[in-house]
Amino acid sequence: MKLYLKYVAMHLRSQMQYKTSFFLTVAGQFISSFSALLGVYFLMDRFHQAGGFSYSEVLLCLAVILMAFSLAECFVRGFDAFSAIIANGEFDRIMVRPRNEILQVLGARIEFSRMGRLLQALCVFAYAVPRSGISWNAARACLLPLMVVAGAFVFAGLFIIYAALCFFTTEGLEFINIFTDGGREFCTYPLSIYGERILKFFTCIVPLALVQYYPLLYLTGRSENWQHALAPAAACLFLPLSLLLWRVGLRHYKSTGS
Amino acid sequence: MIELRHVNKTFRVAKRNAGMKEALKALVFREYTQVQALRDISFSVADGEMVGYIGPNGAGKSSTIKVMSGILTPDSGECCVDGLTPWKSRKQHVRNIGVVFGQRSQLWWDVPVIDSFELLRDIYSIPSSAYRRNVDELTELLSLSELLRTPARQLSLGQRMRCEIAASLLHDPGILFLDEPTIGLDAVSKIAVRKFIKARNRERKTTVILTTHDMQDIEALTERILLIGRGQILLDGSLSQLKQRNSRTKKLNISYSTGTFQPLEGVQLVAEFGGHAEFLIDTEVIGVSGAIQSLAQNIEITDLSVEGASAEELVVSLYKEFAI
Repeated sequence: MKLYLKYVAMHLRSQMQYKTSFFLTVAGQFISSFSALLGVYFLMDRFHQAGGFSYSEVLLCLAVILMAFSLAECFVRGFDAFSAIIANGEFDRIMVRPRNEILQVLGARIEFSRMGRLLQALCVFAYAVPRSGISWNAARACLLPLMVVAGAFVFAGLFIIYAALCFFTTEGLEFINIFTDGGREFCTYPLSIYGERILKFFTCIVPLALVQYYPLLYLTGRSENWQHALAPAAACLFLPLSLLLWRVGLRHYKSTGS
Repeated sequence: MIELRHVNKTFRVAKRNAGMKEALKALVFREYTQVQALRDISFSVADGEMVGYIGPNGAGKSSTIKVMSGILTPDSGECCVDGLTPWKSRKQHVRNIGVVFGQRSQLWWDVPVIDSFELLRDIYSIPSSAYRRNVDELTELLSLSELLRTPARQLSLGQRMRCEIAASLLHDPGILFLDEPTIGLDAVSKIAVRKFIKARNRERKTTVILTTHDMQDIEALTERILLIGRGQILLDGSLSQLKQRNSRTKKLNISYSTGTFQPLEGVQLVAEFGGHAEFLIDTEVIGVSGAIQSLAQNIEITDLSVEGASAEELVVSLYKEFAI
Protein backbone atom coordinates (compact mmCIF):
# COMPACT_ATOMS: atom_id res chain seq x y z
CA MET A 1 0.00 0.00 0.00
CA LYS A 2 2.83 2.36 0.85
CA LEU A 3 4.44 1.55 -2.45
CA TYR A 4 1.20 2.24 -4.28
CA LEU A 5 1.09 5.70 -2.73
CA LYS A 6 4.62 6.26 -4.00
CA TYR A 7 3.42 5.36 -7.47
CA VAL A 8 0.55 7.82 -7.05
CA ALA A 9 3.02 10.54 -6.08
CA MET A 10 5.22 9.76 -9.08
CA HIS A 11 2.30 9.97 -11.48
CA LEU A 12 1.14 13.19 -9.95
CA ARG A 13 4.58 14.68 -10.40
CA SER A 14 4.84 13.36 -13.95
CA GLN A 15 1.47 14.67 -14.97
CA MET A 16 2.05 18.05 -13.38
CA GLN A 17 4.93 18.47 -15.80
CA TYR A 18 2.35 19.23 -18.42
CA LYS A 19 -0.07 21.41 -16.53
CA THR A 20 -1.90 22.89 -19.48
CA SER A 21 -2.45 19.55 -21.08
CA PHE A 22 -3.61 18.14 -17.76
CA PHE A 23 -6.21 20.80 -17.11
CA LEU A 24 -7.44 20.75 -20.68
CA THR A 25 -7.94 16.99 -20.49
CA VAL A 26 -9.79 17.33 -17.19
CA ALA A 27 -12.00 20.01 -18.70
CA GLY A 28 -12.53 17.91 -21.82
CA GLN A 29 -13.56 14.90 -19.77
CA PHE A 30 -15.87 17.07 -17.74
CA ILE A 31 -17.58 18.46 -20.79
CA SER A 32 -17.72 15.26 -22.82
CA SER A 33 -19.56 13.34 -20.13
CA PHE A 34 -22.15 16.11 -20.22
CA SER A 35 -23.52 14.48 -23.34
CA ALA A 36 -24.80 11.58 -21.24
CA LEU A 37 -26.41 14.01 -18.86
CA LEU A 38 -28.01 16.01 -21.65
CA GLY A 39 -29.28 12.84 -23.29
CA VAL A 40 -31.02 11.88 -20.08
CA TYR A 41 -32.32 15.39 -19.60
CA PHE A 42 -33.96 15.68 -23.02
CA LEU A 43 -35.43 12.21 -22.98
CA MET A 44 -36.87 12.59 -19.53
CA ASP A 45 -38.11 16.05 -20.36
CA ARG A 46 -40.21 14.44 -23.06
CA PHE A 47 -41.31 11.22 -21.38
CA HIS A 48 -41.11 12.17 -17.67
CA GLN A 49 -40.39 8.64 -16.64
CA ALA A 50 -38.47 5.61 -17.87
CA GLY A 51 -39.74 2.17 -16.99
CA GLY A 52 -41.38 3.61 -13.92
CA PHE A 53 -38.37 5.56 -12.73
CA SER A 54 -38.47 9.29 -12.32
CA TYR A 55 -36.01 11.80 -13.74
CA SER A 56 -34.07 12.25 -10.53
CA GLU A 57 -33.90 8.50 -9.96
CA VAL A 58 -32.43 8.04 -13.41
CA LEU A 59 -29.98 10.82 -12.65
CA LEU A 60 -28.94 9.04 -9.48
CA CYS A 61 -28.37 5.95 -11.54
CA LEU A 62 -26.24 7.92 -13.97
CA ALA A 63 -24.22 9.49 -11.19
CA VAL A 64 -23.47 6.11 -9.58
CA ILE A 65 -22.31 4.55 -12.82
CA LEU A 66 -20.37 7.59 -13.96
CA MET A 67 -18.56 7.75 -10.68
CA ALA A 68 -17.88 4.03 -10.55
CA PHE A 69 -16.55 4.10 -14.09
CA SER A 70 -14.31 7.11 -13.61
CA LEU A 71 -12.91 5.68 -10.38
CA ALA A 72 -12.09 2.43 -12.15
CA GLU A 73 -10.62 4.25 -15.12
CA CYS A 74 -8.48 6.47 -12.94
CA PHE A 75 -6.96 3.75 -10.79
CA VAL A 76 -7.21 0.57 -12.82
CA ARG A 77 -6.06 2.22 -16.01
CA GLY A 78 -2.97 -0.03 -16.00
CA PHE A 79 -5.18 -2.98 -16.87
CA ASP A 80 -7.15 -0.96 -19.39
CA ALA A 81 -3.90 -0.04 -21.16
CA PHE A 82 -2.46 -3.49 -20.67
CA SER A 83 -1.92 -4.31 -24.33
CA ALA A 84 0.39 -1.29 -24.55
CA ILE A 85 2.18 -2.34 -21.38
CA ILE A 86 2.86 -5.74 -22.90
CA ALA A 87 3.77 -4.39 -26.32
CA ASN A 88 6.35 -1.88 -25.15
CA GLY A 89 8.06 -4.32 -22.82
CA GLU A 90 7.01 -2.59 -19.63
CA PHE A 91 5.65 -5.86 -18.41
CA ASP A 92 9.07 -7.50 -18.73
CA ARG A 93 10.33 -4.83 -16.40
CA ILE A 94 7.51 -5.55 -13.98
CA MET A 95 8.47 -9.22 -13.99
CA VAL A 96 12.04 -8.48 -12.89
CA ARG A 97 10.93 -6.47 -9.88
CA PRO A 98 10.45 -8.22 -6.56
CA ARG A 99 6.88 -7.03 -6.09
CA ASN A 100 3.41 -8.24 -6.75
CA GLU A 101 2.58 -8.00 -10.46
CA ILE A 102 -0.92 -6.69 -9.89
CA LEU A 103 0.28 -3.86 -7.70
CA GLN A 104 2.86 -2.91 -10.28
CA VAL A 105 0.37 -2.96 -13.15
CA LEU A 106 -1.94 -0.75 -11.09
CA GLY A 107 0.99 1.54 -10.43
CA ALA A 108 2.03 1.64 -14.06
CA ARG A 109 -0.83 3.92 -15.07
CA ILE A 110 -2.75 6.28 -12.86
CA GLU A 111 -4.61 8.97 -14.73
CA PHE A 112 -5.62 11.92 -12.70
CA SER A 113 -7.07 13.59 -15.74
CA ARG A 114 -10.01 11.19 -15.37
CA MET A 115 -10.93 13.35 -12.41
CA GLY A 116 -12.96 15.43 -14.87
CA ARG A 117 -15.53 12.71 -15.17
CA LEU A 118 -15.47 12.12 -11.45
CA LEU A 119 -16.12 15.80 -10.88
CA GLN A 120 -19.05 15.66 -13.21
CA ALA A 121 -20.42 12.60 -11.40
CA LEU A 122 -20.15 14.50 -8.11
CA CYS A 123 -22.09 17.41 -9.59
CA VAL A 124 -24.84 15.09 -10.77
CA PHE A 125 -24.90 13.47 -7.35
CA ALA A 126 -25.22 16.83 -5.68
CA TYR A 127 -28.08 17.62 -7.96
CA ALA A 128 -29.88 14.27 -7.90
CA VAL A 129 -29.65 13.19 -4.27
CA PRO A 130 -31.75 15.98 -2.74
CA ARG A 131 -34.34 15.69 -5.52
CA SER A 132 -34.59 11.91 -5.60
CA GLY A 133 -37.34 11.82 -3.02
CA ILE A 134 -35.66 8.95 -1.22
CA SER A 135 -36.54 8.77 2.44
CA TRP A 136 -33.06 8.31 3.82
CA ASN A 137 -32.21 6.00 6.66
CA ALA A 138 -28.91 4.56 7.81
CA ALA A 139 -29.11 1.47 5.60
CA ARG A 140 -29.93 3.47 2.50
CA ALA A 141 -27.22 6.02 3.21
CA CYS A 142 -24.71 3.20 3.43
CA LEU A 143 -26.02 1.57 0.30
CA LEU A 144 -25.30 4.50 -2.00
CA PRO A 145 -21.52 4.58 -1.53
CA LEU A 146 -21.52 0.78 -1.63
CA MET A 147 -23.13 0.95 -5.08
CA VAL A 148 -20.38 3.27 -6.28
CA VAL A 149 -17.60 1.13 -4.88
CA ALA A 150 -19.09 -2.12 -6.14
CA GLY A 151 -19.61 -0.52 -9.54
CA ALA A 152 -15.96 0.51 -9.64
CA PHE A 153 -15.10 -3.10 -8.74
CA VAL A 154 -17.15 -4.47 -11.62
CA PHE A 155 -15.62 -2.08 -14.13
CA ALA A 156 -12.17 -2.85 -12.72
CA GLY A 157 -12.97 -6.54 -13.16
CA LEU A 158 -13.86 -5.92 -16.80
CA PHE A 159 -10.58 -4.12 -17.38
CA ILE A 160 -8.72 -6.98 -15.76
CA ILE A 161 -10.49 -9.57 -17.90
CA TYR A 162 -9.49 -7.52 -20.92
CA ALA A 163 -5.89 -7.55 -19.67
CA ALA A 164 -6.01 -11.29 -19.05
CA LEU A 165 -7.08 -11.87 -22.64
CA CYS A 166 -4.09 -9.80 -23.78
CA PHE A 167 -1.82 -12.53 -22.45
CA PHE A 168 -3.26 -14.85 -25.05
CA THR A 169 -3.58 -12.46 -27.94
CA THR A 170 -0.85 -9.86 -27.18
CA GLU A 171 -2.96 -7.41 -29.15
CA GLY A 172 -5.80 -5.72 -27.35
CA LEU A 173 -9.26 -7.02 -27.91
CA GLU A 174 -11.47 -4.04 -28.47
CA PHE A 175 -14.63 -6.07 -28.21
CA ILE A 176 -14.42 -5.94 -24.45
CA ASN A 177 -15.24 -2.25 -24.75
CA ILE A 178 -18.78 -3.34 -25.53
CA PHE A 179 -18.98 -4.28 -21.88
CA THR A 180 -17.00 -1.40 -20.41
CA ASP A 181 -18.05 1.65 -22.43
CA GLY A 182 -21.21 -0.08 -23.58
CA GLY A 183 -22.03 -1.10 -20.02
CA ARG A 184 -21.56 2.46 -18.90
CA GLU A 185 -23.93 3.74 -21.57
CA PHE A 186 -26.52 1.06 -20.86
CA CYS A 187 -26.43 1.78 -17.18
CA THR A 188 -27.40 5.38 -17.68
CA TYR A 189 -30.93 4.11 -17.19
CA PRO A 190 -32.13 1.47 -14.75
CA LEU A 191 -31.42 -1.77 -16.55
CA SER A 192 -34.98 -3.06 -16.31
CA ILE A 193 -36.15 -0.73 -19.08
CA TYR A 194 -34.30 -2.76 -21.72
CA GLY A 195 -36.33 -5.85 -21.02
CA GLU A 196 -35.90 -9.15 -19.33
CA ARG A 197 -33.03 -10.55 -21.40
CA ILE A 198 -30.70 -7.61 -21.10
CA LEU A 199 -31.39 -7.48 -17.39
CA LYS A 200 -30.51 -11.15 -17.04
CA PHE A 201 -27.32 -10.63 -18.99
CA PHE A 202 -26.27 -7.77 -16.74
CA THR A 203 -27.19 -9.78 -13.68
CA CYS A 204 -25.50 -13.06 -14.40
CA ILE A 205 -22.66 -12.34 -16.81
CA VAL A 206 -21.56 -8.78 -16.33
CA PRO A 207 -23.04 -8.03 -12.92
CA LEU A 208 -23.71 -4.36 -13.46
CA ALA A 209 -27.37 -4.74 -12.57
CA LEU A 210 -26.28 -5.83 -9.12
CA VAL A 211 -24.75 -2.43 -8.45
CA GLN A 212 -27.43 -0.43 -10.18
CA TYR A 213 -30.91 -1.83 -10.73
CA TYR A 214 -31.46 -4.04 -7.67
CA PRO A 215 -30.05 -1.68 -5.04
CA LEU A 216 -31.94 1.15 -6.69
CA LEU A 217 -35.15 -0.78 -6.05
CA TYR A 218 -34.26 -0.90 -2.41
CA LEU A 219 -33.09 2.68 -2.31
CA THR A 220 -36.30 4.05 -3.75
CA GLY A 221 -38.42 1.89 -1.51
CA ARG A 222 -39.79 -0.23 -4.36
CA SER A 223 -38.43 -3.30 -2.65
CA GLU A 224 -37.84 -4.22 0.95
CA ASN A 225 -35.94 -7.33 0.02
CA TRP A 226 -32.61 -7.31 1.85
CA GLN A 227 -31.09 -9.37 -0.97
CA HIS A 228 -31.50 -6.39 -3.24
CA ALA A 229 -29.61 -4.25 -0.79
CA LEU A 230 -26.79 -6.75 -0.58
CA ALA A 231 -26.52 -7.25 -4.33
CA PRO A 232 -23.58 -4.81 -4.68
CA ALA A 233 -21.61 -6.86 -2.19
CA ALA A 234 -22.15 -9.90 -4.38
CA ALA A 235 -21.05 -7.91 -7.43
CA CYS A 236 -17.73 -7.29 -5.73
CA LEU A 237 -16.98 -10.99 -6.19
CA PHE A 238 -16.56 -10.24 -9.87
CA LEU A 239 -13.20 -8.67 -9.10
CA PRO A 240 -11.47 -11.66 -7.47
CA LEU A 241 -12.84 -13.88 -10.24
CA SER A 242 -11.34 -11.68 -12.91
CA LEU A 243 -8.05 -11.56 -11.02
CA LEU A 244 -8.07 -15.33 -11.02
CA LEU A 245 -8.39 -15.30 -14.78
CA TRP A 246 -5.54 -12.83 -14.95
CA ARG A 247 -3.35 -15.17 -12.93
CA VAL A 248 -4.09 -17.95 -15.38
CA GLY A 249 -3.13 -15.61 -18.21
CA LEU A 250 0.08 -14.65 -16.49
CA ARG A 251 1.31 -18.20 -16.81
CA HIS A 252 0.90 -17.90 -20.55
CA TYR A 253 2.94 -14.76 -20.80
CA LYS A 254 5.10 -14.78 -23.92
CA SER A 255 6.85 -11.43 -23.83
CA THR A 256 7.61 -9.56 -27.03
CA GLY A 257 10.85 -9.35 -28.96
CA SER A 258 13.33 -6.58 -28.38
CA MET B 1 25.97 -19.83 -10.08
CA ILE B 2 23.69 -20.03 -13.08
CA GLU B 3 22.85 -23.36 -14.57
CA LEU B 4 20.65 -24.15 -17.55
CA ARG B 5 19.88 -27.71 -18.51
CA HIS B 6 18.09 -28.71 -21.70
CA VAL B 7 15.96 -25.61 -21.88
CA ASN B 8 13.42 -25.51 -24.71
CA LYS B 9 11.03 -22.77 -25.65
CA THR B 10 8.67 -22.62 -28.57
CA PHE B 11 6.60 -19.66 -29.66
CA ARG B 12 3.52 -19.85 -31.78
CA VAL B 13 3.63 -17.11 -34.35
CA ALA B 14 0.64 -16.17 -36.42
CA LYS B 15 1.60 -15.58 -40.00
CA ARG B 16 -0.21 -14.08 -42.88
CA ASN B 17 0.74 -12.61 -46.20
CA ALA B 18 0.64 -8.93 -46.93
CA GLY B 19 -2.48 -7.26 -48.27
CA MET B 20 -5.95 -6.35 -47.15
CA LYS B 21 -7.53 -9.56 -48.35
CA GLU B 22 -5.09 -11.64 -46.39
CA ALA B 23 -5.61 -9.47 -43.34
CA LEU B 24 -9.34 -10.12 -43.48
CA LYS B 25 -8.77 -13.79 -43.98
CA ALA B 26 -6.53 -13.86 -40.93
CA LEU B 27 -9.39 -12.57 -38.83
CA VAL B 28 -11.29 -15.77 -39.37
CA PHE B 29 -8.64 -18.30 -40.05
CA ARG B 30 -5.14 -18.08 -38.76
CA GLU B 31 -2.14 -20.03 -39.72
CA TYR B 32 0.39 -20.58 -37.03
CA THR B 33 3.97 -21.59 -37.29
CA GLN B 34 5.94 -22.98 -34.44
CA VAL B 35 9.16 -21.13 -33.92
CA GLN B 36 11.59 -22.89 -31.70
CA ALA B 37 13.33 -20.01 -29.99
CA LEU B 38 15.47 -22.16 -27.73
CA ARG B 39 16.38 -25.76 -28.29
CA ASP B 40 18.17 -27.79 -25.72
CA ILE B 41 20.14 -24.94 -24.27
CA SER B 42 22.58 -26.04 -21.56
CA PHE B 43 25.38 -24.08 -20.01
CA SER B 44 26.53 -22.87 -16.66
CA VAL B 45 28.10 -19.66 -15.49
CA ALA B 46 30.15 -19.52 -12.31
CA ASP B 47 29.96 -16.71 -9.77
CA GLY B 48 31.94 -13.66 -10.76
CA GLU B 49 32.26 -14.71 -14.37
CA MET B 50 31.71 -12.34 -17.25
CA VAL B 51 30.13 -13.95 -20.27
CA GLY B 52 29.47 -12.49 -23.70
CA TYR B 53 26.41 -13.91 -25.35
CA ILE B 54 26.48 -13.43 -29.08
CA GLY B 55 24.46 -14.46 -32.06
CA PRO B 56 22.60 -12.86 -34.94
CA ASN B 57 19.21 -11.20 -34.52
CA GLY B 58 16.48 -13.61 -33.59
CA ALA B 59 18.90 -16.31 -32.50
CA GLY B 60 17.42 -16.56 -29.01
CA LYS B 61 19.69 -14.33 -26.99
CA SER B 62 16.95 -12.23 -25.45
CA SER B 63 14.79 -15.29 -24.86
CA THR B 64 17.58 -16.90 -22.87
CA ILE B 65 18.02 -13.74 -20.83
CA LYS B 66 14.28 -13.67 -20.25
CA VAL B 67 14.28 -17.25 -19.04
CA MET B 68 17.19 -16.58 -16.70
CA SER B 69 15.59 -13.44 -15.34
CA GLY B 70 12.24 -15.09 -14.70
CA ILE B 71 10.21 -13.30 -17.36
CA LEU B 72 9.62 -16.35 -19.51
CA THR B 73 8.76 -19.87 -18.50
CA PRO B 74 10.42 -22.42 -20.76
CA ASP B 75 8.46 -25.36 -22.16
CA SER B 76 10.88 -27.85 -20.70
CA GLY B 77 14.25 -27.98 -19.06
CA GLU B 78 15.68 -26.64 -15.86
CA CYS B 79 17.19 -23.36 -14.93
CA CYS B 80 18.78 -22.79 -11.61
CA VAL B 81 20.12 -19.43 -10.50
CA ASP B 82 21.71 -19.47 -7.05
CA GLY B 83 19.57 -22.44 -6.13
CA LEU B 84 16.31 -20.87 -7.28
CA THR B 85 14.18 -21.56 -10.31
CA PRO B 86 13.52 -18.06 -11.69
CA TRP B 87 9.92 -18.53 -12.80
CA LYS B 88 8.94 -20.40 -9.66
CA SER B 89 10.42 -18.14 -7.00
CA ARG B 90 10.26 -15.00 -9.08
CA LYS B 91 10.18 -12.42 -6.31
CA GLN B 92 13.01 -13.93 -4.33
CA HIS B 93 15.07 -14.51 -7.44
CA VAL B 94 14.79 -11.02 -8.91
CA ARG B 95 16.05 -9.42 -5.71
CA ASN B 96 19.49 -10.61 -6.62
CA ILE B 97 19.55 -9.71 -10.28
CA GLY B 98 19.83 -6.47 -12.18
CA VAL B 99 18.58 -6.25 -15.74
CA VAL B 100 19.34 -3.59 -18.32
CA PHE B 101 17.42 -3.72 -21.57
CA GLY B 102 19.40 -1.48 -23.88
CA GLN B 103 16.39 -0.59 -25.95
CA ARG B 104 13.93 -0.03 -23.16
CA SER B 105 14.09 2.46 -20.40
CA GLN B 106 13.19 1.82 -16.79
CA LEU B 107 13.45 5.48 -15.86
CA TRP B 108 10.36 7.61 -15.55
CA TRP B 109 10.24 9.85 -18.55
CA ASP B 110 9.04 13.08 -17.02
CA VAL B 111 10.57 13.20 -13.57
CA PRO B 112 14.18 13.73 -12.50
CA VAL B 113 16.28 10.56 -12.52
CA ILE B 114 16.76 10.69 -8.76
CA ASP B 115 12.98 10.31 -8.32
CA SER B 116 13.08 7.10 -10.35
CA PHE B 117 15.92 5.92 -8.14
CA GLU B 118 13.89 6.64 -5.04
CA LEU B 119 10.96 4.65 -6.34
CA LEU B 120 13.35 1.77 -6.98
CA ARG B 121 14.56 2.09 -3.40
CA ASP B 122 10.99 1.51 -2.28
CA ILE B 123 10.35 -1.27 -4.76
CA TYR B 124 13.41 -3.20 -3.63
CA SER B 125 13.06 -2.00 -0.02
CA ILE B 126 16.70 -0.96 0.05
CA PRO B 127 17.73 0.24 3.54
CA SER B 128 18.36 3.97 3.36
CA SER B 129 22.01 3.75 4.43
CA ALA B 130 22.80 1.22 1.71
CA TYR B 131 20.81 3.29 -0.76
CA ARG B 132 22.75 6.46 0.05
CA ARG B 133 26.03 4.64 -0.23
CA ASN B 134 25.14 3.05 -3.56
CA VAL B 135 23.83 6.24 -5.09
CA ASP B 136 26.95 8.13 -4.04
CA GLU B 137 29.22 5.44 -5.36
CA LEU B 138 27.40 5.00 -8.67
CA THR B 139 27.18 8.77 -9.10
CA GLU B 140 30.91 9.02 -8.78
CA LEU B 141 31.79 6.05 -10.96
CA LEU B 142 29.37 6.89 -13.75
CA SER B 143 29.67 10.67 -13.33
CA LEU B 144 25.97 11.18 -12.83
CA SER B 145 26.07 14.16 -10.49
CA GLU B 146 24.69 16.59 -13.05
CA LEU B 147 22.22 14.13 -14.52
CA LEU B 148 20.35 13.10 -11.39
CA ARG B 149 18.22 16.23 -11.22
CA THR B 150 17.37 16.16 -14.93
CA PRO B 151 14.18 14.53 -16.22
CA ALA B 152 15.00 11.38 -18.17
CA ARG B 153 13.44 12.74 -21.35
CA GLN B 154 16.10 15.46 -21.52
CA LEU B 155 19.06 13.09 -21.29
CA SER B 156 21.10 12.01 -24.27
CA LEU B 157 21.19 8.31 -25.03
CA GLY B 158 24.64 7.90 -23.50
CA GLN B 159 23.67 9.78 -20.36
CA ARG B 160 20.49 7.80 -20.09
CA MET B 161 22.27 4.50 -20.43
CA ARG B 162 24.60 5.41 -17.59
CA CYS B 163 21.56 6.19 -15.46
CA GLU B 164 19.89 2.92 -16.53
CA ILE B 165 22.90 0.93 -15.45
CA ALA B 166 23.03 2.76 -12.14
CA ALA B 167 19.30 2.11 -11.67
CA SER B 168 19.73 -1.61 -12.10
CA LEU B 169 22.56 -1.76 -9.58
CA LEU B 170 20.98 0.19 -6.73
CA HIS B 171 19.99 -2.99 -4.92
CA ASP B 172 23.45 -4.60 -5.12
CA PRO B 173 22.52 -7.51 -7.36
CA GLY B 174 24.96 -10.38 -7.55
CA ILE B 175 24.08 -11.00 -11.19
CA LEU B 176 23.76 -8.40 -13.89
CA PHE B 177 22.08 -9.08 -17.22
CA LEU B 178 22.89 -6.57 -19.90
CA ASP B 179 20.88 -6.82 -23.09
CA GLU B 180 22.72 -4.73 -25.67
CA PRO B 181 23.93 -2.10 -23.23
CA THR B 182 25.99 -0.12 -25.75
CA ILE B 183 23.47 -0.03 -28.56
CA GLY B 184 23.44 3.35 -30.25
CA LEU B 185 26.03 4.93 -27.96
CA ASP B 186 28.90 7.11 -29.16
CA ALA B 187 32.50 6.00 -28.68
CA VAL B 188 33.05 7.97 -25.47
CA SER B 189 29.93 6.63 -23.78
CA LYS B 190 30.67 3.10 -24.93
CA ILE B 191 34.10 3.21 -23.38
CA ALA B 192 32.74 4.69 -20.15
CA VAL B 193 30.10 1.96 -19.91
CA ARG B 194 32.59 -0.80 -20.65
CA LYS B 195 35.06 0.49 -18.12
CA PHE B 196 32.41 0.63 -15.47
CA ILE B 197 31.12 -2.88 -16.14
CA LYS B 198 34.61 -4.27 -16.07
CA ALA B 199 35.41 -2.57 -12.77
CA ARG B 200 32.15 -3.74 -11.24
CA ASN B 201 32.89 -7.31 -12.22
CA ARG B 202 36.42 -7.15 -10.87
CA GLU B 203 35.76 -5.36 -7.61
CA ARG B 204 32.33 -6.63 -6.61
CA LYS B 205 32.62 -10.04 -8.25
CA THR B 206 29.29 -9.34 -9.93
CA THR B 207 28.42 -12.02 -12.45
CA VAL B 208 27.80 -10.32 -15.77
CA ILE B 209 25.98 -11.77 -18.74
CA LEU B 210 26.01 -9.49 -21.70
CA THR B 211 24.42 -9.76 -25.10
CA THR B 212 25.72 -7.56 -27.82
CA HIS B 213 26.34 -7.13 -31.49
CA ASP B 214 29.33 -4.94 -30.83
CA MET B 215 32.42 -7.09 -31.01
CA GLN B 216 34.48 -4.43 -29.31
CA ASP B 217 32.28 -4.97 -26.27
CA ILE B 218 33.17 -8.62 -26.35
CA GLU B 219 36.84 -7.96 -26.90
CA ALA B 220 37.02 -5.37 -24.14
CA LEU B 221 34.91 -7.18 -21.58
CA THR B 222 34.55 -10.89 -21.75
CA GLU B 223 36.89 -13.77 -21.58
CA ARG B 224 34.24 -16.30 -22.34
CA ILE B 225 31.78 -16.23 -25.18
CA LEU B 226 28.68 -18.23 -25.91
CA LEU B 227 27.53 -18.31 -29.50
CA ILE B 228 23.88 -19.00 -30.12
CA GLY B 229 22.26 -19.50 -33.47
CA ARG B 230 18.77 -20.72 -34.37
CA GLY B 231 18.11 -21.37 -30.74
CA GLN B 232 21.11 -23.62 -30.16
CA ILE B 233 24.36 -23.08 -28.36
CA LEU B 234 26.95 -23.52 -31.07
CA LEU B 235 30.07 -22.61 -29.25
CA ASP B 236 31.17 -22.10 -25.69
CA GLY B 237 34.73 -21.02 -25.19
CA SER B 238 37.16 -18.24 -24.50
CA LEU B 239 37.79 -15.53 -27.01
CA SER B 240 41.48 -16.42 -27.28
CA GLN B 241 40.65 -20.08 -27.88
CA LEU B 242 38.36 -19.02 -30.62
CA LYS B 243 40.98 -16.83 -32.15
CA GLN B 244 43.44 -19.70 -32.13
CA ARG B 245 40.95 -21.96 -33.72
CA ASN B 246 40.46 -19.50 -36.48
CA SER B 247 44.07 -18.42 -36.67
CA ARG B 248 44.68 -20.21 -39.92
CA THR B 249 43.47 -17.12 -41.67
CA LYS B 250 45.73 -14.08 -41.59
CA LYS B 251 45.09 -10.71 -43.04
CA LEU B 252 47.84 -9.17 -45.14
CA ASN B 253 47.84 -5.49 -45.99
CA ILE B 254 50.17 -4.38 -48.74
CA SER B 255 51.08 -1.03 -50.21
CA TYR B 256 52.87 -1.27 -53.54
CA SER B 257 54.21 1.00 -56.25
CA THR B 258 54.31 -1.05 -59.46
CA GLY B 259 53.28 -4.39 -60.88
CA THR B 260 50.14 -6.55 -61.02
CA PHE B 261 49.06 -9.51 -58.90
CA GLN B 262 49.21 -13.05 -60.12
CA PRO B 263 46.58 -15.39 -58.75
CA LEU B 264 48.02 -17.53 -56.02
CA GLU B 265 46.57 -20.58 -54.33
CA GLY B 266 45.62 -19.95 -50.70
CA VAL B 267 45.75 -16.20 -51.10
CA GLN B 268 42.53 -14.34 -51.62
CA LEU B 269 42.39 -10.75 -52.72
CA VAL B 270 39.77 -9.01 -50.58
CA ALA B 271 40.16 -5.38 -51.58
CA GLU B 272 42.32 -3.30 -53.85
CA PHE B 273 42.41 0.44 -54.25
CA GLY B 274 45.02 3.04 -55.20
CA GLY B 275 48.18 1.10 -54.59
CA HIS B 276 46.82 -0.65 -51.55
CA ALA B 277 45.63 -4.25 -51.36
CA GLU B 278 44.21 -6.52 -48.71
CA PHE B 279 44.62 -10.30 -48.79
CA LEU B 280 43.39 -13.19 -46.68
CA ILE B 281 45.97 -15.92 -46.41
CA ASP B 282 44.99 -19.49 -45.64
CA THR B 283 48.06 -20.58 -43.70
CA GLU B 284 47.37 -24.27 -44.21
CA VAL B 285 47.78 -23.87 -47.93
CA ILE B 286 50.60 -21.38 -48.00
CA GLY B 287 52.77 -19.85 -45.26
CA VAL B 288 52.73 -16.15 -44.62
CA SER B 289 56.33 -15.69 -45.75
CA GLY B 290 55.74 -17.87 -48.79
CA ALA B 291 52.81 -15.74 -49.78
CA ILE B 292 54.77 -12.53 -49.35
CA GLN B 293 57.65 -13.94 -51.37
CA SER B 294 55.43 -14.94 -54.24
CA LEU B 295 53.65 -11.61 -54.22
CA ALA B 296 56.93 -9.71 -54.11
CA GLN B 297 58.07 -11.35 -57.34
CA ASN B 298 55.45 -9.45 -59.32
CA ILE B 299 55.04 -6.22 -57.43
CA GLU B 300 57.19 -3.69 -55.68
CA ILE B 301 56.07 -3.73 -52.03
CA THR B 302 56.50 -0.44 -50.18
CA ASP B 303 54.77 -1.36 -46.93
CA LEU B 304 53.06 -4.36 -45.39
CA SER B 305 51.35 -5.58 -42.23
CA VAL B 306 50.03 -8.96 -41.08
CA GLU B 307 47.13 -9.32 -38.63
CA GLY B 308 45.13 -12.11 -37.14
CA ALA B 309 41.39 -11.92 -37.70
CA SER B 310 39.50 -9.40 -35.53
CA ALA B 311 36.67 -10.52 -33.29
CA GLU B 312 34.24 -9.12 -35.81
CA GLU B 313 35.62 -11.25 -38.61
CA LEU B 314 35.76 -14.22 -36.31
CA VAL B 315 32.08 -13.93 -35.66
CA VAL B 316 31.28 -13.54 -39.31
CA SER B 317 33.30 -16.63 -40.07
CA LEU B 318 31.56 -18.47 -37.24
CA TYR B 319 28.15 -17.48 -38.55
CA LYS B 320 29.25 -18.77 -41.92
CA GLU B 321 30.65 -21.95 -40.50
CA PHE B 322 27.43 -22.78 -38.71
CA ALA B 323 25.34 -21.42 -41.54
CA ILE B 324 23.23 -19.16 -39.38
